[in-house]
Amino acid sequence: MALKIVKGSIDRMFDKNLQDLVRGIRNHKEDEAKYISTCIDEIKQELKQDNIAVKANAVCKLTYLQMLGYDVSWAAFNIVEVMSSSKFTYKRIGYLAASQCFHESTDVIMLTTNQIRKDLSSPNQYDTGVALTGLSCFVTPDLARDLANDIMTLMSHTKPYIRKKAVLIMYKVFLKYPESLRPAFPRLKEKLEDPDPGVQSAAVNVICELARRNPKNYLSLAPLFFKLMTSSTNNWVLIKIIKLFGALTPLEPRLGKKLIEPLTNLIHSTSAMSLLYECVNTVIAVLISLSSGMPNHSASIQVSFSRHAHTFSLKYLGLLAMSKILKTHPKSVQSHKDLILQCLDDKDESIRLRALDLLYGMVSKKNLMEIVKKLMLHVDKAEGTTYRDELLTKIIDICSQSNYQYITNFEWYISILVELTRLEGTRHGHLIASQMLDVAIRVKAIRAFAVAQMATLLDNAHLLTGNTQRNGICEVLYAAAWICGEFSEHLEEPMVTLEAMLRPKVATLPGHIQAVYVQNAAKLFATVLRGHEGVPADSMVAQETSQLLIDRLPLFVQSSNLEVQERASCILQLVKYIQKLQQKDVEVAEEVTALFAGELNPVAPKAQKKVPVPEGLDLDVWINEPPSGSESEDEGRKSKGKAVFAKEESRHTKPRYTEVDEKELAKRREVRKAEQANNPFYIKASPSSQKVRRDGVGVEHIPVVQIDLSVPLKVPGMPMSDQYVKLEEERRERNKADKKKKKDKKKREKGEKGRRRRGDSGPESEEDITPAHMVDIVTEEMPEVGIYTWSLPHWTFSLPLSESTARHLNPCLFPSQKSSTHKKKKQKKEKKKKKHHHNHSDGAGDESVQNGTVEEEEPLPVSNQSPFTLSINPCPLCQIPVCDIQGNLQDGSQVVVSVIFENKCDSFIKSMEFNVLDSLNSKLQRPDGAGPHDGLIVPFQLPPGISNEARFIFSVQNIVMPQKLKGTLTFIVKTDDSSTHEKLDFKLHFTCTSYLITTPCYSDAYSKLLESGDLKGCSLKLEGVNQPFHHLLARICFHHHFSVVERIDSCASMYSRSIQGHHMCLLVKTADQTVSIDAKCDEPGLLGNVLDEIKLTFSQC
Amino acid sequence: MIKAILIFNNHGKPRLSKFYEHYSEDTEQQIIRETFHLVSKRDENVCNFLEGGMLIGGSENKLIYRHYATLYFVFCVDSSESELGILDLIQVFVETLDKCFENVCELDLIFHVDKVHNILAEMVMGGMVLETNMNEIITQVDAQNKMEKSEVRL
Repeated sequence: MALKIVKGSIDRMFDKNLQDLVRGIRNHKEDEAKYISTCIDEIKQELKQDNIAVKANAVCKLTYLQMLGYDVSWAAFNIVEVMSSSKFTYKRIGYLAASQCFHESTDVIMLTTNQIRKDLSSPNQYDTGVALTGLSCFVTPDLARDLANDIMTLMSHTKPYIRKKAVLIMYKVFLKYPESLRPAFPRLKEKLEDPDPGVQSAAVNVICELARRNPKNYLSLAPLFFKLMTSSTNNWVLIKIIKLFGALTPLEPRLGKKLIEPLTNLIHSTSAMSLLYECVNTVIAVLISLSSGMPNHSASIQVSFSRHAHTFSLKYLGLLAMSKILKTHPKSVQSHKDLILQCLDDKDESIRLRALDLLYGMVSKKNLMEIVKKLMLHVDKAEGTTYRDELLTKIIDICSQSNYQYITNFEWYISILVELTRLEGTRHGHLIASQMLDVAIRVKAIRAFAVAQMATLLDNAHLLTGNTQRNGICEVLYAAAWICGEFSEHLEEPMVTLEAMLRPKVATLPGHIQAVYVQNAAKLFATVLRGHEGVPADSMVAQETSQLLIDRLPLFVQSSNLEVQERASCILQLVKYIQKLQQKDVEVAEEVTALFAGELNPVAPKAQKKVPVPEGLDLDVWINEPPSGSESEDEGRKSKGKAVFAKEESRHTKPRYTEVDEKELAKRREVRKAEQANNPFYIKASPSSQKVRRDGVGVEHIPVVQIDLSVPLKVPGMPMSDQYVKLEEERRERNKADKKKKKDKKKREKGEKGRRRRGDSGPESEEDITPAHMVDIVTEEMPEVGIYTWSLPHWTFSLPLSESTARHLNPCLFPSQKSSTHKKKKQKKEKKKKKHHHNHSDGAGDESVQNGTVEEEEPLPVSNQSPFTLSINPCPLCQIPVCDIQGNLQDGSQVVVSVIFENKCDSFIKSMEFNVLDSLNSKLQRPDGAGPHDGLIVPFQLPPGISNEARFIFSVQNIVMPQKLKGTLTFIVKTDDSSTHEKLDFKLHFTCTSYLITTPCYSDAYSKLLESGDLKGCSLKLEGVNQPFHHLLARICFHHHFSVVERIDSCASMYSRSIQGHHMCLLVKTADQTVSIDAKCDEPGLLGNVLDEIKLTFSQC
Repeated sequence: MIKAILIFNNHGKPRLSKFYEHYSEDTEQQIIRETFHLVSKRDENVCNFLEGGMLIGGSENKLIYRHYATLYFVFCVDSSESELGILDLIQVFVETLDKCFENVCELDLIFHVDKVHNILAEMVMGGMVLETNMNEIITQVDAQNKMEKSEVRL
């Protein structure tokens, strides 16, 4: 025996140890693989020996080889042998090897259970420690199940070293064996208060990991963590806890308020940047969860943080944090625009990409051009196509976001797109192309300009197509050709463009682009013919054009692409035929143009789905007899044109019908369906937030509203986008100047803005910047049926607004108040009304109903010129510009009034108290315990220039009568050296209309309602109403919250419902400027008042 | 959670690899190579964070690294870890190595990778941070080494 041991040690002396192995490998750089394979053979020999020391040495070397990428799983059993050695040295080697190469499918693991259990209960704490460390790496569900109890016992071990390891490994056990969580959790929670900081830290780690998966369940631990946060000095623990709080605050806002103070303390006291950063991060999360009211706070923190951003890592993290703030407080981030733009110059790609991400959320109408200009510079400078492509997509994303919301000048955007085409080797040609198409189709005013640009592009096509093989940019030619063809009436020299489109070089383009070229050449041909026919001198030109096509088209007829070939041969024959006619001096232009007649309208992709199939309609059955032969030919030809050019034909067919009956309606739907199915230019709209099913009523009645705006500036040639930046500035200056003239009329404008676009950016409001072009946009809130267009919510109106309209809109004006403050409001209302035009007037749309409440705006007039302010405080103080009164559907007796407060003076305003003198019928809801005359404290203070919203709930018993409530607002104005107590009076006006909620109604339900006989009638006649019927309907819909159930000619039925569930039905007829309204309602008093209000509306227009 | 800890030199030679999730040996080598590729082409004066270590766990994970002389220390972590916290941890790790090896250099790591593993095991266990206090780590490492020596003497 002794001899054997001696022999073993002698053997060992000749064996290589780890150091020898490493040295050997380093000495055999040339034939490393070969050397290692001999070493592995040696190791295999060593593993066969009985001596555990030799085996351990071999396993140690294997661990090293494993790191170099060699599979050592064949030695798994030997590893287990070494693990079970009684000596700590070897045990440690064994466990290390196991932790590096064992995993769940290693079969020898199941042999280890007992060995590990033995080690866990070893009297030597390091044996236990090593076993725990190893186990943490290779624990399997079986091991977790079998050892969970042993480990749980260890959590209360006397030695903190064991305790902390046992606590930490529990997380792994939970992952593999979730059933253990419940019994172990109380003990784990106990460990949060362990006297040893290491154990505490381990417990925090485990619970933070658990909470990250499911934060809700760990809210109850918040007080415990809060205590730890204020007592612990271990930065790691603090970071973990603070991160955890960051995840918990969105779930429990009350937590946030408590956290602010200790976090602020930590921010000021800690010297560790890592802890500081996490504190700031969580403060951001807290502020976000507390939402409005504190944008300044987060801004100040942000500033202090970005000031630290001198080191590069912090810069990155600062940008990361900003993106969090951006989501809720774009304003505070936007003020750091310059800093972020600087980051684009950073040489670090991590930082550049982060900055790009931020820019997307930061653009506004005001800075879009500037930002894009900077980005364009970067595009030029950028090396590496990946980053450049990233920039390109970002530019397009930024510009096109939310339906081109921020673009004020589309000429500029087209120029940007054209400039982007000069990028070499980009993969995103199709992206640019689709943007060009989208803009040209939807922005009607831009078409002439776009066509001119596209013609230039086509003319210079050779610049783009340097090498078509790997160049995606030639995709833009697809768009260019289509735009030039489709809107060829805007071309100044169609001949030149036609020539450019038929150059032999075109044949090298990809097939689908050639096909578009050929088809659009035909369109151009039609345009040329129309331009030149009839004038004798020009007929030569027309014939030359035909000849040009006949000469050039055969090239395409030979194309290997089917589509190109087919279209080319078709058109070639057509042109030949036309030529024959031309030679006989027959005028053909009219007929050729008819091939491509019709206009394109954008349609939301989901519009079709919303057209319900009427009952009893079988879509597969002929509705009329199949059309006769000649007609079908005609149809066939047209529909072919449509498939290619996406024509909208419904408007042509419309006038044919004078009377509409169900059958015809159904037929039209059928036709429309077919058309839309063929229409490739269904414009995408974002997913609808709410779908209200409606009865489909004649789409044909939907007026397609055209908004014609003049294109302000014509820039000849190929303009650089930079020019536009300048032009745009000038335009804005002009606008601003115009506005100043009207300033006296718009003193309260600011408050209005705050109401409309809270949280919006820039010291100069977005509202001041009026877009130069309109986009025809089909937004998400489409009416269920039909094709219609409307434009962005930020448009401007040229509609003249009369004072009387204003008076109507603000029936509850203070006697002393001039309409000046309502100028803006009036405009806004007008906008809203206009929007309703599009849908309400035809009974199709009903988008204002959301979540069952309807918004109505009753201005709450508080004059900024109220005498006391003027006399006491020299600066004008504006308080309550707007309030909303909303019926609460959940509770038929409640009305929610939202009031926007804005501080327009230079002093701080605090302690605001809102009070209303209750009437018998309407009461302000006060908290329990408050007296009936107590005011409500407005839960915020207002620094200068800040606005905020507060909501007040009123309970209303009787909705039959309109009512007015008087109220006062008291507040303290605090200046540097003094503070004064002030008061403002106002009136709240609840009209009967404000109790109505726009509710859709199906026509069958409607007729049942009328038949039921529960409703009492009443009627009204309006004389001298001089406006189109659909405007009239829109007016009723908008001002009085009705929806159109059905409309036939000059007669329409309308419906609405009160918050208390009264049905109200109207039958509106018009003839010779006289409108008669027959109304029915189950509450005659309410009906009478609503009719009076309707009468008032029309008497004032 | 820490997903992996890698140490490699300026040429991409691995000096220590510790994966807290199982990968095959080939994948591990590929991860090391790609990580080296990503990290090595970055300037000295840029931030210590890299997104898009696609191999380990995907986009949620970040690479946090420090470069000391000839060695890169790279931690691959998920979003539950504080970026700056991990940077501090790397610093603690390196300082601990420095204490244990007395002026640590790359050669120490090359020849004593097992010892580096033992030190690391006192700091990070199964992907979770066990101890950040350097003195505590050194105490435990020393105690274990002492035990090892006493066993050898036997």
